[in-house]
Amino acid sequence: MEDTMSLVKALKCRECEREYPLEPIYVCEFCFGPLEVAYDYDRIKKTMTREKIETRPQNLWRYRELLPIEGEPSDALYTGFTPLIKADNLARFIGIKELYIKDDSVSHPTLSFKDRVVAVALAKAREFKFNTVACASTGNLAHSVSAQGAKAGFKRFIFIPATLEYSKIIASLVYEPNLIAVDGNYDEVNRLCSEVANKYKWAFVNINIRPFYAEGSKTHGFEIIEQLGWRTPDNIVVPCASGSLMTKIWKSFKEMNIIGLIDGIKTKVFAAQATGCSPIITAIKKDIDVIKPVKPDTVAKSLAIGNPADGFYATQVVKESGGFGEDVSDTEIIECIKLLARTEGIFTETAGGVTLASAIKLKKQGYIKEDSSTVLCITGNGLKTQEALHGHTMQPYHIKPNLLSFEEALKKIEGTKG
Amino acid sequence: MAVKVKIPVPLQRLTQGKDEVEGESGTVIELINALDRKYPGLGERISDGGKIRRFVNVYVNEEDIRFLKSENTEVKDGDEVSIVPAIAGGCFL
Repeated sequence: MEDTMSLVKALKCRECEREYPLEPIYVCEFCFGPLEVAYDYDRIKKTMTREKIETRPQNLWRYRELLPIEGEPSDALYTGFTPLIKADNLARFIGIKELYIKDDSVSHPTLSFKDRVVAVALAKAREFKFNTVACASTGNLAHSVSAQGAKAGFKRFIFIPATLEYSKIIASLVYEPNLIAVDGNYDEVNRLCSEVANKYKWAFVNINIRPFYAEGSKTHGFEIIEQLGWRTPDNIVVPCASGSLMTKIWKSFKEMNIIGLIDGIKTKVFAAQATGCSPIITAIKKDIDVIKPVKPDTVAKSLAIGNPADGFYATQVVKESGGFGEDVSDTEIIECIKLLARTEGIFTETAGGVTLASAIKLKKQGYIKEDSSTVLCITGNGLKTQEALHGHTMQPYHIKPNLLSFEEALKKIEGTKG
Repeated sequence: MAVKVKIPVPLQRLTQGKDEVEGESGTVIELINALDRKYPGLGERISDGGKIRRFVNVYVNEEDIRFLKSENTEVKDGDEVSIVPAIAGGCFL
């Protein structure tokens, strides 16, 4: 047992820096800015070493001095430490010397990076003695809260728009949460959830638990550093919805540097969005700080946040690191889902297509150099968004159950290959 | 007739519980500075160094001032100004 209690100092407003106690709160009462977890880096520096981390189990808690939990983690013991894959086939295709896929499409238990944030949110919900956890979501977050909440023994309320596709509803319902299908559009679901969160003493993972929940994303960055042999890459390409993941990956690099586990940060951070929902990229390209909200219209539904909460901070990360951003069409997204599958054998969801397509554009434009190490953040699994590929894949060869029919098909196959 | 200013719940303690107060015409930042003289403390909650705080949205006749002339947007008598805190982390996907 190690004492990690005092390593987390307080919640602190990102805007005016007022401090608040560690409670399920998320907005600065004074200036309405978002609250963020502040740590005692001087003490962490003394206790957290590479060797200590390397002896721990391969899950996200191996970095727990830099996570806002108290005591020993008891759940999500298989979440995190997803593979960092050297993508040599894809590297040759794009023309980058050293290319890696950070593959959260195989995250336990629900195949997206949301398992990381939900793991931390539920650990915190337990500490705060909530017995009900909740969220509003159309996809990955709903699945993760439903699944991890089941294992950890919470009552669960999941709010979705009633018009959601059936396959996505099933992927939550199988864990038997209370699934509330709201007769309204997404904005209306959100508004309702804010009201519910005010009235009921529940842990809404991305409302009143958000400062803690968001810290879970840092583990994606910590792992990249460790898996690269305790260094940061030259470039990292991150898909942006709210902008939180990108902000937290940057925080993870800075923290590793502050506590001395890496020798400086050399990374340029690149943002990736779909053109049909690109408020962050628009601000980056125009070099302005104001995020103009948009109405999303893209196949990349898991990234379709028109008014991104951390959009401003994401633009600052890009600026500070000397990176840039790119947006890509639905056609490019689908082409790149297929490209990743046929070069690296990884089936990612639409967000992954956004990341890869943006990376290719950034390489062509010279922002990403050939002679560099580059990490692509792949955050979700393609099995969840199969409908995006309908009509865009190759077709099977239909044959009769006899050898002649098979050999006719074989001729065609070999014919097409020339 | 003056400018109508709608005050959000978290700031109504500073306006003696009023959800709507009257303001003076001029630019938005002048309006806020004038309100601060009448209701001390209101100004620093909404603005910092002459700029509207990032997580406070100000609307003039329902248009976000960031898409007008920001702090320098002109308001005249009869206009309606709404001050609405953005809910930080208000994204739920």
